[in-house]
Amino acid sequence: MTSDLIQKYMVRFYIAMFFLYLFGPLILMGTTAFNTPKFPTAIPFKEGTLEWFTVLANDKTIIEGLQNSLLVGIGVICLSVPIGLAAALLMSQVHRKVQPIYYTIVVSPLLTPGVIIGISTLVFWDKIGTSQGQDFDAFYYNPYFLTIVGQSTFVSAYCMLIFLSRLQRFDRTLEEAALDLGASNVQVFKKIMLPFLKPAIGSAAVLAFLTSFENYNTTVFTMTEGKTLTTALASKARLGTDPSLSALAVVIVGITLVGVTFHEIYRRREVRKDELAAEAAKRAAHAADKAMAPV
Amino acid sequence: MSSGVDLEHVTIRFGDFTAVDDANLSIKKGEFFSFLGPSGCGKTTILRAVSGFNEPTEGTVRINGNDMQGIGPNKRPTALIFQNLALFPLMSVADNIAFGLEVEGIKYVERRRRAEELLDLIALSGQGDKMVSELSGGQKQRVAIARALAVEPEVLLLDEPLSALDLKLRQHMRSELRNIQQRVGITFIYITHDQGEALTMSDRIAVMSAGLIEQVGDGSTIYNEPETAFVASFVGENNPFFGKVIKADENYAQIQNKFGLLRGRNTQGLSEGDSAILFVRPEALSLVHGDEPSENVIESTILSEEFEGHSIHIHLEGETAKKIALSISNDGTGSKLQVGDTTKICFDVDRAIVLPEGDLADE
Amino acid sequence: MSDQLQNLDLPYFAIFLTFFLAVLSSLLVLAPTQRGISATWDYLKQVKFIERNGIVVSTYIVIAVSLWVVVMIVAPQFFMVELSFHDGTVAADVNYDYSQTPYTFNNYSYVIFGSGSDDSYFNVLHLKVFLRTIIASVCITLLAFVLCYPIAYYMAQTAKGGTVRLLLICLVLPFWVNEILRAFAFRILFGSSGVINSVLIGSGIMDEPFDFIKADIAMYAGLSYAYILLMIFPIYNAIESLDHNQIEAARDLGSSWSRIHYRVVMPYAKPGIASGCTMVFMLTAGALAAPQILGGPSSLWFTQIITNWFNLGDWTRGSAYAFLFLLSCIVFVLTVMKYFKVNLGELAK
Repeated sequence: MTSDLIQKYMVRFYIAMFFLYLFGPLILMGTTAFNTPKFPTAIPFKEGTLEWFTVLANDKTIIEGLQNSLLVGIGVICLSVPIGLAAALLMSQVHRKVQPIYYTIVVSPLLTPGVIIGISTLVFWDKIGTSQGQDFDAFYYNPYFLTIVGQSTFVSAYCMLIFLSRLQRFDRTLEEAALDLGASNVQVFKKIMLPFLKPAIGSAAVLAFLTSFENYNTTVFTMTEGKTLTTALASKARLGTDPSLSALAVVIVGITLVGVTFHEIYRRREVRKDELAAEAAKRAAHAADKAMAPV
Repeated sequence: MSSGVDLEHVTIRFGDFTAVDDANLSIKKGEFFSFLGPSGCGKTTILRAVSGFNEPTEGTVRINGNDMQGIGPNKRPTALIFQNLALFPLMSVADNIAFGLEVEGIKYVERRRRAEELLDLIALSGQGDKMVSELSGGQKQRVAIARALAVEPEVLLLDEPLSALDLKLRQHMRSELRNIQQRVGITFIYITHDQGEALTMSDRIAVMSAGLIEQVGDGSTIYNEPETAFVASFVGENNPFFGKVIKADENYAQIQNKFGLLRGRNTQGLSEGDSAILFVRPEALSLVHGDEPSENVIESTILSEEFEGHSIHIHLEGETAKKIALSISNDGTGSKLQVGDTTKICFDVDRAIVLPEGDLADE
Repeated sequence: MSDQLQNLDLPYFAIFLTFFLAVLSSLLVLAPTQRGISATWDYLKQVKFIERNGIVVSTYIVIAVSLWVVVMIVAPQFFMVELSFHDGTVAADVNYDYSQTPYTFNNYSYVIFGSGSDDSYFNVLHLKVFLRTIIASVCITLLAFVLCYPIAYYMAQTAKGGTVRLLLICLVLPFWVNEILRAFAFRILFGSSGVINSVLIGSGIMDEPFDFIKADIAMYAGLSYAYILLMIFPIYNAIESLDHNQIEAARDLGSSWSRIHYRVVMPYAKPGIASGCTMVFMLTAGALAAPQILGGPSSLWFTQIITNWFNLGDWTRGSAYAFLFLLSCIVFVLTVMKYFKVNLGELAK
């Protein structure tokens, strides 16, 4: 009995340590955002200040990077969500013998280091550009184009996985039922498949955007001119002398916390609504069946 | 050509596996026709060939005399009710029912009106705006029927639609289905493994086993005049007695069995020396009272007895592991038999049938 | 006509050829039976794939997937490898078209032997970085596994639903913070006036601040921190589906805890463990931000060397390094998985 108790506390201690490891560095970084020293310092905490947030808001490279990140992120959504969807739809339809090869190819970008995806994208489009005799104004060299294409190479694979897991729960007979009722293939796709996939399209878009926003390794090669927020951050962080980066981290964590909280509240409410509806339906159904039975 | 559905030498193979083997039959317009058989016998495959989801490997499917080769399920005048109903979970009841009209491009107001009409038909008036998940099993069932009827099919195909319902509802839905069929007057092709459903609802039944159509006929023919050992054993309860034919004429055949000589009707033209099975239904067997009849007497040990109100079921030791079942109606005196006693039972020669040896249905 | 053909450059032509072949082969693969192609349209309509999806959706799928697979995945890799066999040393001009130069193994021999003018026979500097990258990545992967397995097991088997959700959210939260900022946090932590130095000096253990960054400690710590989440989730998913009764049964039979994990839980969770380890290894080895931010001025990580070649303008050598790096990582992962008898197909979660 006591050994069980000891074990229990040991587990709790371990989890606490683990989370300390996860959050400790971030919390310390957060405090430096409110501390006055010019070099990011958490201890000793001298005096509270919001100065670094104003510095952040006035930082041109950060603001510009943010704009570029948004642009690239939207481009990545537009490219990788349709590609991921198509790849997922094809998965169940390719020949059984080809499927493993196909799967390996389309999942490979997830395991390829981002650096290599960036390099190969750059090399490839440069090659096409030069072979066509284009100068550097051509879109083959456009940093936004290269970044969107490069990031979409692996973001599409994430999207595909999301669609695949949703498709696994798809009831194929719904498709057949719609066909049987006279729907054309396009109508089946539009009226049955797409509505079913709608939540997955949403999550794929969110994931695509966040992954794109976060990406460094690929972007650092493809963004040949200008900077996204992440690459701008990186060049600042390498110098490592500015608490406005900590301020940015605080802003990002703050937004994340609010987002997660809202998502959780929304989710709980949906779950409860579903439960209530199911309960009501069950009761109503029972009554209806009972009323009908003696007919 | 006749109108309705015709299958001409339809064979359907999946790789090496033959799901349907040379099916030939003609289903009349307005008929309630059932395919009855155990799971895996190919009945669903036939249905899918009629609806257009499978193309026959060989042979022709005709609807109203037209060859359906190469015509997709969305272009055939059929509507299929799926085993799991396949109602669209993201649409309201009315949208489900009107789906077929929606894809035809009919305006919202018109298709909503049609949906309301059909909701009336299935006694769900005013429930069109509910979501499918809010309906009970029986209601979903009826919505599926309404959705199929909305496209005004000439043939309605039903793939074991009642199998998910509980017993009471199932019995109710049987008469409901039959009613709807008589009201709309179109051909129903019904797939089931439940002989009760097939016998009560159908005009005619095709009994299938392992891809083969064993027999086609109305309910009483299937029950009283089975043509194969499979049909005799699958439809209703039956006691088989195995043996060799030792005497046969055009009306009767006699087999030699462990229990002695047994004689029954010879409908399949058996002749001396053939391996055969004689089938007697439990209700055709009776206990020997008083004088012993001159033939068809079996002596065996009583293994169990079940009292069931209007009748009494008795099981006796059979020639194989399968017991001989006998049911006698309760005459109020109660049975004076004891488990373990040896008793004599007999049957009338005209209530037994001798069929060529063949596979029996699994219990 | 022949003029036009000559003007058609290799890459341009190759793209169209591969694209065309992809479309054609996918149609052939998807065709249920081989039929005559005399009436192309009829043939297309009979292809099961098109029959099932309709012309519009089929076209969309084929174009989107071919675009991705051919133009975004396969062709760039191919041309990167192709470029790595060209000679980048001939021209100083950045705009020089290296594809004009003859094929050579120079770039690959450089990785191993260096320029030849060095004192040593081998390219010690780069080989050392290469080995360090691989070995450190393995160590970090193992560390991540050791740290994460108990948490994953606890969440999957012991904790209640509410607790699990809370833990999951808490786990995800730090990883919504940008990778760069996470590395930056470690820079603050390990900086000469950082928290650790302050604490160490404040408590009197040390008199002078210790340069963690120069000692590479900051980088290793940051790298171990960076991808730890990717270890937890695959293992958690794998263990979650394990029937708790199996563990109870093993315990009932007198098995010790370590034995239960070694004999019951880990074999069951093997695909998850493999996929977690693969992800962490590949991401750690391929990391660029953490070494750049947390490393000293010299290149510590192989990705930094690759980047340097590109910054110096020698794309051919950079490509060779990149390809070699990718190849060794893949070979390494496959070898380890073969050793542990993990099926590649199981990796996908």
